[in-house]
Amino acid sequence: MSKGKTHPRPLSPHLQVYRKMLSMMASITHRITGAALFFGFLLFVWWLLAAATGPAYFDFVESLFATWLGQLVLFGFTWALMYHLLGGIRHLTWDTGHGFELQTVEWLMRANVFGSMVLTLLVWIIGYLVR
Amino acid sequence: MSMRTPLGKARGLGTGHSGTEHFWRERLTSLAGIPLIIFVVIFVMVMNGADYVSVVGAIRNPFIAIGLLLAIINVAYHMCLGMRVIIEDYIAGKRKRTVVLILSNFYCAVVAMAGVYAVLKISLGS
Repeated sequence: MSKGKTHPRPLSPHLQVYRKMLSMMASITHRITGAALFFGFLLFVWWLLAAATGPAYFDFVESLFATWLGQLVLFGFTWALMYHLLGGIRHLTWDTGHGFELQTVEWLMRANVFGSMVLTLLVWIIGYLVR
Repeated sequence: MSMRTPLGKARGLGTGHSGTEHFWRERLTSLAGIPLIIFVVIFVMVMNGADYVSVVGAIRNPFIAIGLLLAIINVAYHMCLGMRVIIEDYIAGKRKRTVVLILSNFYCAVVAMAGVYAVLKISLGS
């Protein structure tokens, strides 16, 4: 019989014991961008509310978004959205049971990372060209 | 008394007693989100630098308003489902987890209602 002394229970291995792999990083980034968008969505709704409030408040919010910090946040928001969008398509592809070959997985990850960067730049370049 | 066998009751349901419902709704809202997000991104891109009158005028267009409403509701529901997974994965303790889940759900409901209200006010109001 033990004398009621508790011993720390062994924990199952977690993230730190695994070698960092591209698929793992892509999955974590998908989750992080999702969490960021959870809060970032508030910016979009704020902009809509500003338009619903009136011209003065709308101009005030627009001027905040136009600052370098505002633009930086919106640029990051765009990238998170593009990454999560492409990552979502990747996950939906896997849900159909396709794309599990190692080479395909590797390709999907790279397409996810580079595609999100290219799309973000495209959105911003076109956004400024049509202005 | 129920005529269903214990196996019949349990079939398809996990320990959460909701089976694959959460998974399925997350996938459904992600699928719907693809065209809706593309629409919203193009809308915001076109509206970049536009003044108050043009933005309000654009949202008065029924097609744009309906697209925005669908996007807002879909995104709010999708992020509510997604944040639930994150909270359930990382927040231990039943009480703490429940409180954070409630806060997350309230946040999503408030943001969704604010967005819907803004679009309806612009498109229906004077």
